[in-house]
Amino acid sequence: MSVERDVMEYDVVVVGAGPAGLSAACRLKQKAAEAGQELSVCVVEKGSEVGAHILSGAVFEPRALNELFPDWKEKGAPLKTPVKRDDIYFFTSAEKGFKMPGLFVPKTMHNEGNYIISLANLCRWLGQQAEDLGCEIYPGFAAQTAIIEDGVVKGITVGDMGVTREGEHKPDYTPGMELRAKYTIFAEGCRGHIGKQLIAQYGLDKNADPQHYGIGLKEIWTVDPSKFEPGLVVHGAGWPLDLVGTSALGGSFLYHLEDNTVYVGLIVDLSYSNPYLSPFDEFQRFKQHPVIRQYLEGGTRVAYGARAICKGGLNSMPDMAFPGGVLAGCDLGTMNFAKIKGSHTAMKSGMIAAEAVAEALIAGADGSARLDGYATKFKASWLYDELYRSRNFGPIMHKFGSLIGGAINWIEQNIFGGKFPWTFHDLKPDHKTLKPAAESQKIDYPKPDGKISFDKLSSVFLSSTNHEEDQPVHLQLKDPSIPIAQNLPMYDEPAQRYCPAGVYEVVGEGSDKRFQINAQNCVHCKTCDIKDPAQNINWVAPEGGGGPNYANM
Amino acid sequence: MKALVSVKRVVDYNVRIQVKPDGSGVVTDGVKHSMNPFDEIAMEEAVRLKEKGTVTEIVAVTIGGAKNEETLRTALAFGADRAIHIKDDGEIQPLTAAKALAAAVKKEDAKLFLCGKQAIDDDANQTGQMVASLLDIAQATFASKVEIDGEKAVVTREVDAGLEVLEVDLPAVITTDLRLNEPRYLKLPDIMKAKKKPIETVSLADLGVTAGAGVKTTKTAPPPSRSKGIMVKTTDELVEALKGKGLL
Repeated sequence: MSVERDVMEYDVVVVGAGPAGLSAACRLKQKAAEAGQELSVCVVEKGSEVGAHILSGAVFEPRALNELFPDWKEKGAPLKTPVKRDDIYFFTSAEKGFKMPGLFVPKTMHNEGNYIISLANLCRWLGQQAEDLGCEIYPGFAAQTAIIEDGVVKGITVGDMGVTREGEHKPDYTPGMELRAKYTIFAEGCRGHIGKQLIAQYGLDKNADPQHYGIGLKEIWTVDPSKFEPGLVVHGAGWPLDLVGTSALGGSFLYHLEDNTVYVGLIVDLSYSNPYLSPFDEFQRFKQHPVIRQYLEGGTRVAYGARAICKGGLNSMPDMAFPGGVLAGCDLGTMNFAKIKGSHTAMKSGMIAAEAVAEALIAGADGSARLDGYATKFKASWLYDELYRSRNFGPIMHKFGSLIGGAINWIEQNIFGGKFPWTFHDLKPDHKTLKPAAESQKIDYPKPDGKISFDKLSSVFLSSTNHEEDQPVHLQLKDPSIPIAQNLPMYDEPAQRYCPAGVYEVVGEGSDKRFQINAQNCVHCKTCDIKDPAQNINWVAPEGGGGPNYANM
Repeated sequence: MKALVSVKRVVDYNVRIQVKPDGSGVVTDGVKHSMNPFDEIAMEEAVRLKEKGTVTEIVAVTIGGAKNEETLRTALAFGADRAIHIKDDGEIQPLTAAKALAAAVKKEDAKLFLCGKQAIDDDANQTGQMVASLLDIAQATFASKVEIDGEKAVVTREVDAGLEVLEVDLPAVITTDLRLNEPRYLKLPDIMKAKKKPIETVSLADLGVTAGAGVKTTKTAPPPSRSKGIMVKTTDELVEALKGKGLL
């Protein structure tokens, strides 16, 4: 069906108003101003406002921000809580755990000079800076597809509004615009749905290891003031996940901000093998551990959310440029997993992308050639050095588990400065790690107590997620028969459990069983697109403005 | 005919409201705000009247701090021709709002004043009525259908027993209810154009209004949480349980 679309032309279109996209937008304007030239920059964001889809821990390393806005303090950037103390725990059981002595903490886990922040609020601030510099930012508009002509990316098409579930046009149908640009910077975050297509179409990952992922679940709590220690950072490994084994890895965090606000979260590696594992329920029972529970008891949970992260690091990084465009931030996979930090690296990658794009445009480029300057600048930057030093962390963990892997990592980071003379690889993609249900043990998760642990639906409610109900389902099944015909007998359809928002259900009995998709619950974490063993679920952007409405996440 | 539409910036309807721990109000920092949905309906109606040729100019107006400019930009993207920002960082109570809006209607000599029947934040449902009263003009509240016929407006209202049709002389205040219309999707080109439309900033003092503090909010509390239900296996058990609670 061909529709008439309005067209706007820019020098640069940025997809995604996260740390990478907004830093890129700001940097483009700064570089243009330095050169005394005009560059038009447009940012589209699928969330209803900047920050609405941003979820991060987050302990923030200000290195990239210092470079982008040396005067961020005067400009009022929301970095208010410096890290005061770093505790690392190994949890050995539901009741026990031990604190790691400072001597044994790997260098990458030291947080002096870092801040505990809400990344959503930092993005809101970055959005304001970008607008002040003259960028146009359009939240509530989702980039749906890349415009590719003669092998060159020419911009993006924004999703249509006012289409029914069956694909018919409603009376208020509004076709999405074409936003054309000389260069398009894709900064959609982990497993961006356009980035994924571009990586496949241009074969960007042909020299890279498979990307690896985790799902991060996070809650915001208001705690009893007597238990509140502003600036305290607690990281944990082990229970409820594996400490010695390698079948379910991950780590946990608990950060004390300001105003009695505490962030608590669990990151579960999506390389887990038991199809009965439910990251959501692991998180809920994790909070019952005495080390964590002591802070939460008597407090109130105020928000909940989840988002996948890319943790493959340098080994898994695809080529970053293609004709007419580049990947930045977690669309590229710039998170430093050894530090469990991706915000400063995402910002830096956006800035490097912007510098390369600005230089090319100022020199008169039309965007049709691949922007090789980006990779050259990246290789020469501290970002590359940092990711190089951390390249072995993920593969070592997957091979040796948290405890032994942690020890090897300590040796690499603290003795070799991150520069082991060899590189570890993990070549098994996360969707291939599940064992058949018949060979796996069911996990009996404790019932939520309604005080510390909660059920899925009341949690999703706290993410303020909303989608227009009458619209095409944005979680597309390539083959609708697979969930019931293959995934159910083989893996007991793991989507019912890995989805942190209760989107997927198997309903009905016997031969009437069917796979139900509650798309309006979706918190845009992308886990299904990553973990489905048949790679049958394709996440596409719903109508702009849909999804969670995270505040202070 | 000139229409003045008042639009209020409120916490978005999708956001789960959190009460501040000290009970002094609700959390608004870092929380998504948007135009009061009932005001969106008023805005949409004004634009439809303009598309019909009845209204010739739409002026959007809001009261509040700097961030309220976003709400005005949304109104301009809907189709308002220009906007007035009555800027004030303090608390604006309904009477103050009504006085300021009435002054704006006078200043603009608008024939039609449209606003939502209430704002979803404080649900006061007073502003439209007070504006009409302060200006001593007719009012038609809770409109579910609006037709302009020369110097009169014919307004259908939803009342308990059915529909009530009023005929009011213009100038008049019309407050809009949910079923009046379905606001359109904002188009990207319209949002772009809206950035260039004029916004006039005035203060309460410019309009000859002093902010009143007649109402004091003493406490804000969340609704009591529902206690856990029990599962009964038989009707007898149910009857017993109800009797036990003194309900039968």
